[in-house]
Amino acid sequence: MTILTTRVLIIGAGVTGAGLLRDLALRGVQALLIEQRDVNSGASGGNHGLLHSGARYVASDVEAAVGCREEGDILRRLAPQCIEDTGGLFVAVRGDDEGYVSDFSALCVKSGVPCQGLELRTARAMEPALSENLIAAFAVQDGAVDPFMLSLDNIAQAMSLGCSMRRNLAAVSMEVTDGRVTLVRCRDITTGGEVLIETELVINASGAWAGRIAALAGAHINILYSMGSLIITQDRIATRVINRLRPPSDADILVPGGTVSILGTTSIRVPTPDGCRPSVAETDHIIDDARAMLPILGRTRYIRAYAGVRPLVSLGPAGDDRAVSRGFSLIDHASEGVENFMTITGGKLTTYRLMAEKAADLACAKLGVTAPCRTRKEPLPPSSMGKWTEPGRGPKSWVESRAEDDIVLCECEMVSRSVIDAIVDEAKDMRGRSMLKAIGMRSRVGKGPCQGGFCGPRITGHLYDREISTGTQGLAELKTFTERRWRGFSPILWGVPLMQADLQEALHCGAMDLEFGPAPSTRDEESENCPATAFKEPS
Amino acid sequence: MKNYDVMVIGSGFAGMAAALFAAERGLSVAQTGATGGIDFSTGFIDLLAVHPIAEQKVWEDPFAALAALRRDLPDHPYCRVSDDEICRALEQFTTFLGHHGLCYRGRAGKNTLTLTAAGTMKPTYLLPCTAWNGVKAWEMKAPTLLVDFSGLKGLSARQIAEVRKDSWPNLKVARIKFPGMGGELYPEHMAWSMADPARRAELAQNVAPHIADAKYVGFPAVLGMTDTAAVLSHLEELLDRPVFEIPTLPPSIAGPRLRAAFDRGLPGLGVRTYTQKLITKAACSEEGFSFTAGSGSTSVDIFAKSAILASGRFFGKGLRSDRHRIFEAVFDLPVSQPKNRSLWHRPDFFDPNGHEVNQAGIETDANLRPLDAQGRVFHPRLHAAGAILAHQDWMRMKCGAGLAIATAYKAVASL
Repeated sequence: MTILTTRVLIIGAGVTGAGLLRDLALRGVQALLIEQRDVNSGASGGNHGLLHSGARYVASDVEAAVGCREEGDILRRLAPQCIEDTGGLFVAVRGDDEGYVSDFSALCVKSGVPCQGLELRTARAMEPALSENLIAAFAVQDGAVDPFMLSLDNIAQAMSLGCSMRRNLAAVSMEVTDGRVTLVRCRDITTGGEVLIETELVINASGAWAGRIAALAGAHINILYSMGSLIITQDRIATRVINRLRPPSDADILVPGGTVSILGTTSIRVPTPDGCRPSVAETDHIIDDARAMLPILGRTRYIRAYAGVRPLVSLGPAGDDRAVSRGFSLIDHASEGVENFMTITGGKLTTYRLMAEKAADLACAKLGVTAPCRTRKEPLPPSSMGKWTEPGRGPKSWVESRAEDDIVLCECEMVSRSVIDAIVDEAKDMRGRSMLKAIGMRSRVGKGPCQGGFCGPRITGHLYDREISTGTQGLAELKTFTERRWRGFSPILWGVPLMQADLQEALHCGAMDLEFGPAPSTRDEESENCPATAFKEPS
Repeated sequence: MKNYDVMVIGSGFAGMAAALFAAERGLSVAQTGATGGIDFSTGFIDLLAVHPIAEQKVWEDPFAALAALRRDLPDHPYCRVSDDEICRALEQFTTFLGHHGLCYRGRAGKNTLTLTAAGTMKPTYLLPCTAWNGVKAWEMKAPTLLVDFSGLKGLSARQIAEVRKDSWPNLKVARIKFPGMGGELYPEHMAWSMADPARRAELAQNVAPHIADAKYVGFPAVLGMTDTAAVLSHLEELLDRPVFEIPTLPPSIAGPRLRAAFDRGLPGLGVRTYTQKLITKAACSEEGFSFTAGSGSTSVDIFAKSAILASGRFFGKGLRSDRHRIFEAVFDLPVSQPKNRSLWHRPDFFDPNGHEVNQAGIETDANLRPLDAQGRVFHPRLHAAGAILAHQDWMRMKCGAGLAIATAYKAVASL
């Protein structure tokens, strides 16, 4: 059993929790961030990586539109390393709602969202992949943001200021005495060990899991779970963000991200935020719908699919999840009799900083801290922790600055052994027992065409060489990592990716018999979805 | 137009075996196909080790497993070949490889457990002789030194020792420098460099300080390309101990060694190989088959009286797919397959049941002749062999090379 003490405990290392950790650190407030899995494991990692101009919300949610516009400007200025300022288009094709099209630019003006009407041939010259059936096009200020780099950079700066983070640590119960949370009991999900945390204040930033965490303190939040699935193309289809100009619906946006494009999304109500995964039917639905806007999407090669669960705080009767505000909710549970417990949830990636600011304001008011928020003015420094998430950085550093005896462990994305070592070393006490997944989250490993089929076993070997893996635990981790990649890989298996999957199984099962041997390693909620075969081997 | 008795489509285990068997029967043979699967081979010849796959039941006696499988799965392609045919096929195949520098070894009627690069023990039927001392060392749990090389990413000796530490505690490891090379190492370069006895001496010198009480020394499989027996016996002499190889992660040296053996042996039997050419056009008539292999200015037109389709699965490009269906690449033969793509794969990659898509493939009659959509023989002289056949999962059943060789034998015998 371990006992930790912190002034503020933040639960959930999505982008909001990461932003909060930094905001508090800059105000001189010592905080600890805990996360049941790893950075951006929920909706923060399961989204488009879109920096909203606000134009998507001008018709439905003016407050969200204005918030996106303002925060987008701040991020472009203060965190440029995380942003690709691509610009965006809103386009309609024959058959789309013409009423919506004709109202669009006036609504943009009303929200102060810059929007420029385009001639159709100009739009098609800007983005040659657009359909010939275009009927309207507008330019807006959308961009792309790397949510992993964003969270890691926030955490890195906070850590440099004395705050800390623990991953694989799940809050399991809270002791509430005289209207205050006095102790948070946690479990290390990789070792099963117990960790107790004493704190003055708890901030619940657990996104879709916020209802569950609130319940630990006896508080109540009604959250709807809306799952959205997305697909990644092998190549970058367009230079800019391309939005379908119609009321929010499925498959209406394509966001570029480095060398790929991300197509989505859907909105399906699910009963629980755990274990969400995209399906074949959803993937096909997205492609069939989006082809009207970009016909190439019917022919192009896809790398993987993934899904995230949006936490929507329910305000009234059930209905269309998209009608629920995408604005955020800051809840002070003092009204429910828990003085030092609050929840920040909902919102968008683009407005994460504002959410952190508002939550930190409330936290500081409770703690009697008067230091003002500094994240609105101070740049977010790029960190060594965050830099390997960037596509293209691996090949660049390999060409420019490799050591003579270095080798490439991930060939699809050119991630070298020295980069893996740097990530492992930086993880320090966060290393835990799921290092392979952690490396995948902090770099491009497993994200290329092989989807971990080759780099997974190789990096496993390297982790054994470094004595980080012992016994059969490294194999178990490899299986967990492979199952996790499989979730996103299996829905897009036709054509070349199916050949790749054929090869992957020939390697993992045909050559190495990994369908035997240790069961996947982590004991978090995912394990329910993994085969629970006990350790058994041919004898 | 070039004329042959038989066209073999494919150059994996099944294609190589079919070309060999046909040529040894005195037929004139043309062979095409991309080198796909064989490049990723472990070099082991699996016959059958797991059945039923859902139960992960492992058999020591592959022929007992075959009897059970034929009883339980009447559509499995192994139901089309007898034990006797299987034995003759394996015998003829490994005899040929033995003549061309690749010796195989196993125990009659018994599977043998052998070490993989992951540290797992894999049941197989026939192993390259270079792996055999590893089997002995494992069975005796003998004190053994496992060597690996700085810069070779396909094998971690420490991983193997860690994974095996409860069952084989006497496994010690050493990472050494491979003589004459630095930076990233490739098995094929390393293997060719072992042709030089001076390099072997240097290698032995680098290993010697680590031997201590080890009775065996294991290496990543890089000990020679066409002369592995000579390389191994030289190293055994230098180290004064039995030596063995462990295949590295694919692509390992096993594929190039197999290809090298066939490249040396098949032309002498009169096989004309059109390397790295896929069939781009195929037409059938009563007389036989007209093919175009390759495309553009280097394409070749070939006529053959008979054809053997040994083009493999998705990775071998024998089966192709789009979002809606799976199809056969050369003749557009009907492919037995699940109803829709949602049923192709299971939610868990390692699900013991295996994936439905891996049982998709070509239906045949008892003589391995593909059937058309009406269930009739597609062409009296077209046969299919190997992984393209439906109702088998070679990866989970551990029957890849054995099934390929046995069905190739049967297909040729039925010509």
